[in-house]
Amino acid sequence: MSAQKIHGFRRENGRVGVRNHVVILPLDDLSNAACEKVAHNIEGCLALPHHYGRLQFGEDLELHFRTLIGTGSNPNVAAVVVIGIEPGWTGRVVEGIAKTGKRVEGFAIEGHGEIKVVADASRKAKEFVQWASELQREPCDLNELWVSTKCGESDTTSGLASNPTVGNFIDKFDELGATTCFGETSELTGAEQVCATRAASPEVADKFLKTWQAYMDEVIEPHKTSDLSDSQPTKGNIAGGLTTIEEKAFGNLQKIGKKTKFIDVLQPAEEPAKGAGLYFMDTSSAAAECVTLQAAAGFVVHLFPTGQGNIIGNPIEPVIKLTANPKTAREMAEHVDLDVSGILRGEMNFDEAGDALIDITVRTCNGRLTAAEALKHREFVMTKLYRSA
Amino acid sequence: MLKERGEHPKMSAPDFIVHDAEDTVGVIVKEGIAANSKLSGWVMADDSRVEMDCIDAIPLGHKIALGDIAEGDTILKYGNDIGKAVASIAKGGHVHTQNVKTKRW
Repeated sequence: MSAQKIHGFRRENGRVGVRNHVVILPLDDLSNAACEKVAHNIEGCLALPHHYGRLQFGEDLELHFRTLIGTGSNPNVAAVVVIGIEPGWTGRVVEGIAKTGKRVEGFAIEGHGEIKVVADASRKAKEFVQWASELQREPCDLNELWVSTKCGESDTTSGLASNPTVGNFIDKFDELGATTCFGETSELTGAEQVCATRAASPEVADKFLKTWQAYMDEVIEPHKTSDLSDSQPTKGNIAGGLTTIEEKAFGNLQKIGKKTKFIDVLQPAEEPAKGAGLYFMDTSSAAAECVTLQAAAGFVVHLFPTGQGNIIGNPIEPVIKLTANPKTAREMAEHVDLDVSGILRGEMNFDEAGDALIDITVRTCNGRLTAAEALKHREFVMTKLYRSA
Repeated sequence: MLKERGEHPKMSAPDFIVHDAEDTVGVIVKEGIAANSKLSGWVMADDSRVEMDCIDAIPLGHKIALGDIAEGDTILKYGNDIGKAVASIAKGGHVHTQNVKTKRW
């Protein structure tokens, strides 16, 4: 398998992307309209509207910038046009993305009006798209892929089969020397001590447990009004047979395989800096929030096991959907890239399922559109830590 | 803690699957399981088979009690604590939110 190649786009900083987007990125909510107009004007552009960017401060503002800069910096993005209401923060995003060496240009609306900015930005977007459309895919090693995972609308079949299939993939990719990531801090509740045993060192285990405890103390405890029995597990989880958060957490943890150790704990949207290996990222367990943060950290392809049929996609990071639930595979077939329900029937073992997931991942990286991409699922959801000033 | 399991030979399709030998519940993996049916289970951890009389209609993905469970008992799945029984559950019965709750939030 180590000799297998994917055909990707090698970027200016050496990283490998599997898509070639030209992104029109709003700094703030006010600039969504201009970005969407540019994307409407020019073929092959992708606007990423979102809800925030005004009057944020402190850690929440840092996360906003980290998410925007990281999204623009992702190797699946060839070039970026940034549009903001004013030039100061717009420039900060442009400068951050420019560190990758890729083409990026910013436009501010104040003092010009939106119509002129849309015209100027459209000319730049046209230049970027024509340039990017001539970039060629080239052979790249599998271990140059940065692969993230997160599960959603899980049920008991997730913990039995689709999550361990991802785990088999993660163990194999870890041996190859790839960079991988899991998250979902709150959703490890009940299995957090077992998860800590999978840290590569006592220091990393301690960092993980402190991160988990902080989520409990700062997010869950101050805000909960009940035992979360309507939220975590979700109504879909419960319909699928999951009864408690502990049961869901042990199922969730199957995604990191049987032997891979995680080597560091990342802040939301933080780029890994300790080389190849598995990373834990502090994220919410809501699918779009988590995948948006992982894409902003630089991950280029996502493995998403589902039980009941979460249909999430991401605008820049292809989301590969797998399920082991035979009913979901049948009723939600248009959302499913890989059916591993054969594991539950004794027709397929985890090694075979893991290899099938590697195969669909290679095909996706070579350009095959995922179900979520074909269905135009582009959930781009910024994580907001608290109310704005 | 995440045990070796599942590298099993091809076999007849089970009605339910048990993660670990010490688990007190299994998961129904077929649709349309009716009350009072005889079920065949597969224990992934040691690749053994187990037979059960199922006393309730249990949907795909929902859990079956592998023995009598008393109120207050810890439920074991993945060889680990996944919550507590808040009502007694008879062997072969449906285990879910009506009789099991989290010990966390």
